Amino acid sequence: MGQLRHYLMNRNLLRVTLYVGLIVAAFAILLPLLWAVSTSFKSYPDVLAHPYQLLPRSLHPANYVEAFKTIPFLTYFLNTVKVSFFTCLGTLITSAMAAYAFARLRFPGRDALFLIYLSTLMIPRQVVLIPNFIIMKTLHLLDTHWSLILTGIFTAYGTFLLRQFFLTIPNELEEAAIIDGYGYARRFTQIILPLSQPALVTLFIITLLNIWNEFLFALVFINSDAKRTLTLGLAILRGDFDVQWNLVMAATLLSILPLVLIFLAAQRFFIEGIALSGVKG
Amino acid sequence: MEWAMIRSLTARERKDASAAAIFLLPNLVGFLVFMVGPTIGSIAISFSSWSLLNAPTFAGLQNYSDLLKDSVFWQTLGNTAYYVFVKVPLNMFLSLLLASFLNKEIHGRNALRTIFFLPMVASSVSVALIWQPLLDPTSGMVNKLLSFIHLGPYPWILSPNWAMPSVIMVATWKELGYFMVIFLAGLQGISSTYYEAAEIDGANAVQSFWHITVPLISPTTFFVLITSIIGSFQIFDLTTVLTNGGPANATNTLVMYVYQAGFKFFRMGYASAVAYALFVIILAFTLIQNQLSKRWVHY
Repeated sequence: MGQLRHYLMNRNLLRVTLYVGLIVAAFAILLPLLWAVSTSFKSYPDVLAHPYQLLPRSLHPANYVEAFKTIPFLTYFLNTVKVSFFTCLGTLITSAMAAYAFARLRFPGRDALFLIYLSTLMIPRQVVLIPNFIIMKTLHLLDTHWSLILTGIFTAYGTFLLRQFFLTIPNELEEAAIIDGYGYARRFTQIILPLSQPALVTLFIITLLNIWNEFLFALVFINSDAKRTLTLGLAILRGDFDVQWNLVMAATLLSILPLVLIFLAAQRFFIEGIALSGVKG
Repeated sequence: MEWAMIRSLTARERKDASAAAIFLLPNLVGFLVFMVGPTIGSIAISFSSWSLLNAPTFAGLQNYSDLLKDSVFWQTLGNTAYYVFVKVPLNMFLSLLLASFLNKEIHGRNALRTIFFLPMVASSVSVALIWQPLLDPTSGMVNKLLSFIHLGPYPWILSPNWAMPSVIMVATWKELGYFMVIFLAGLQGISSTYYEAAEIDGANAVQSFWHITVPLISPTTFFVLITSIIGSFQIFDLTTVLTNGGPANATNTLVMYVYQAGFKFFRMGYASAVAYALFVIILAFTLIQNQLSKRWVHY
């Protein structure tokens, strides 16, 4: 009896430790974000106040309007939306088509070509940065959004991810469709694509995360202020010595907000997608 | 009859091949132009001396021999290695620990998972902007909080010795949830009967973690190890915005050096050589890990 009580006490102690550990960890993750939110609503004197103010003494939502005026936030934002939209669209369409060929069609040299696709997965993006800079210069695409979109679309990752998924769709479905007289285009768009929704959403989310947050290629390719993306526009704020952190935090939070909202709305796809690409990929 | 079947098969194959050409074309053209071509071109450029202003001249192995003598290259390599070999194990340990906590039947599990994953959707640029004022030695919140438990003040990103640990801390804060999610998926594949059997045998939680969770999750651990080593060697955004490579080059990384060589000093050949060195290092680590994995990964 005493032993059982001892055992149960240990168990409860463990549970309490577990909860305390998790709550401390969650607090450590959330605090910087909450601080950013709090700062974004502070007046400028409040930001510098001594003693330190965790919460704003008065709320200044006007900081968000001010952020739009002090930096061309709207331009950066729309540029990022544009680059992200076309990169995601291009990636989804071209990868799905190529993946269909690799997964479902027989053609000479298929395995060799797929091996080339696979081997580029290992190559860090920085290796292709300089040659792509020269290509963009030659094509007169430097300082255009196309330079970011074109280098963003053609990674082997999408083709690889979708090919793996297409392979899991039973062949019989397509064989039946062939008997019904479906051509390649109809089989692809009416059978394969609808059944691949989870993989397509995963690829969309991963591509969106990468391109929305991309920094290095934008830094190298983009020159004029009117073409800057959010990461680039925000990064140069750091250079100012009399940074108004309340405005910077307002702009930073606004730049994260769309992805946070998409994440909260489609959390299942984020988590399952990352688990899918992680465990099986 | 048989002949007709073979003929129809080859006819199908021929049709397949021409359809494949159309399906492949859009991706293949872009892939060759923006990925395969540049990968090969990058080797060629690394054997040249090229400032972009005049035509490239053949330089043989000059860039690579310069590289071996370049103290900044070795320093950036050292900094990058410091970052990789401290952050990766730290991050893996913490994310596995969190994942095994969250794998239990507890209240608020989904809410906690959401919180841990949240920083992952933010760009490294915005993460750096959020953390920079927090790490300010005099006015930053981190030192203010630590002073409550009589620690500090620490110089964080303003001191060469503290800058890299600060970068590692911020990177861990951002990436923890990502690896936690992958570990969590792996943990869900472990049958609870192992843990029940261990409990009957009188194993405590720590023993269960080391003797059941760690070996059974090893394929996931291997995947996380490889991807996070590859990703961490490429650190650029965070150090560029948080510390700009400083102070005194303490957080200048290999990819930052590729950028500096190429677009500050306009030495395209040299920058390509640095980029290739990075690739070879990543490749070597991946191959070594792959060999070593045979000893500790249990499929």
